[in-house]
Amino acid sequence: MQRQKILVLYTANSALDSPVIGWSVYDGTGETRPMAGDQDEPPYRTGVDALKDGWRLIQAAQLLPHGRGEEFDLAYLKYEFFFEQLVEVQP
Amino acid sequence: MTYLPLLNAQQMAQFVARGFLRLDGVVPEALNAQFLQEMGEIAPPVPGRGLMRTYGEMLAKAGVPEVAAGTPLDQAYPEGSALAKLVQLPVVAGTIRSLVGEDPIFDHHFLHVTFPPAYHEASGGENVSQHTHQDSTIDPRTAFDVQIMYYPHAVTREMGGTRFVPGTHLRRVSEVALGRYQNIRGQQHMVCEAGTLLFIHSGIWHGGGVNLSDRTRTMFKIRINPNPRSSRTQVRQFDVSTLVPQNQQRPIFYVKGPLPPSVEQTLMTPEPWFEQDTGRLEFLNRIRLWRYLTDDPTYDADYWLTRVENLAEV
Repeated sequence: MQRQKILVLYTANSALDSPVIGWSVYDGTGETRPMAGDQDEPPYRTGVDALKDGWRLIQAAQLLPHGRGEEFDLAYLKYEFFFEQLVEVQP
Repeated sequence: MTYLPLLNAQQMAQFVARGFLRLDGVVPEALNAQFLQEMGEIAPPVPGRGLMRTYGEMLAKAGVPEVAAGTPLDQAYPEGSALAKLVQLPVVAGTIRSLVGEDPIFDHHFLHVTFPPAYHEASGGENVSQHTHQDSTIDPRTAFDVQIMYYPHAVTREMGGTRFVPGTHLRRVSEVALGRYQNIRGQQHMVCEAGTLLFIHSGIWHGGGVNLSDRTRTMFKIRINPNPRSSRTQVRQFDVSTLVPQNQQRPIFYVKGPLPPSVEQTLMTPEPWFEQDTGRLEFLNRIRLWRYLTDDPTYDADYWLTRVENLAEV
């Protein structure tokens, strides 16, 4: 039986080899309980380092044009990459 | 008339750039003790008893008045109460005056208590940190509210003090829509001595930490608005005599060494989490906020706004 572990990395630009500036982990195995504020240093220096460690990239944020009049507005982090690992668990 | 210690230009620039000011141990011990005594005892954990019930009873019992939103701040608290004394402390009144101006308005307050593991085990709930969020709702104003976080007792790292991300206050987000972000480079956790105050811009991203200690953690928050009926609200309310006239722009990009401390240097200091492109937009937004607070529509730092406002084609 397999369960999914999810790693979300936010990087400094749209390149997967740019520095990680934010991160989250969600553990479908239930073995760990990651939560907000639980780690002050990123688990990987870049997104590519996560690939090297066996994480599979499953989604990357799109690059979208800036709407006229909204060019300077800032909201959410732009460069979001979702990774997964499939982990065997006992039934 | 009581002397009001106003923030200087450098402190204001720090607030504009980073969205917070931290004043460690400025509340006298006697006032901290009075506040905690007025809040009352928190009931011990009882097996099978929901935490919301414990919390509700605590709020009902605590010596904090229900105050109508929109009340003048100076009428919010009974004279002689710990909270009245708190907002009357010269350092507090001076900081409030500098950040939101004369005759500020009470928005709301809340008694935040985070419970140690024993309470969660007794109630059957999960002991987790609060998702990171921005308070209230989407706020497109340049004007801002201020929130005072008051820590009446010492907070250790284990107690899960307020987590916040410096420099996030100028982002227009929708409350806990950003709850997906667990950790952001440069995040800070409040670890402090008793009587510490954290003044935050209402837009800053923050959340309560998980309490892994063996005692409850108490923090009291007061949100304050500038008064829209005051003629100048937040503008030029800090100690403007400390502003240094700007005769010319600093050299940019090609500089042969570190530049001296200045308001510009503070406004142009990035946070560890800044994206490489939007970090520059953060600088623009800081400059715009500085223009507002100093009432100087021509102010610029490192040419960011001058360049995009150069409408040569018209």
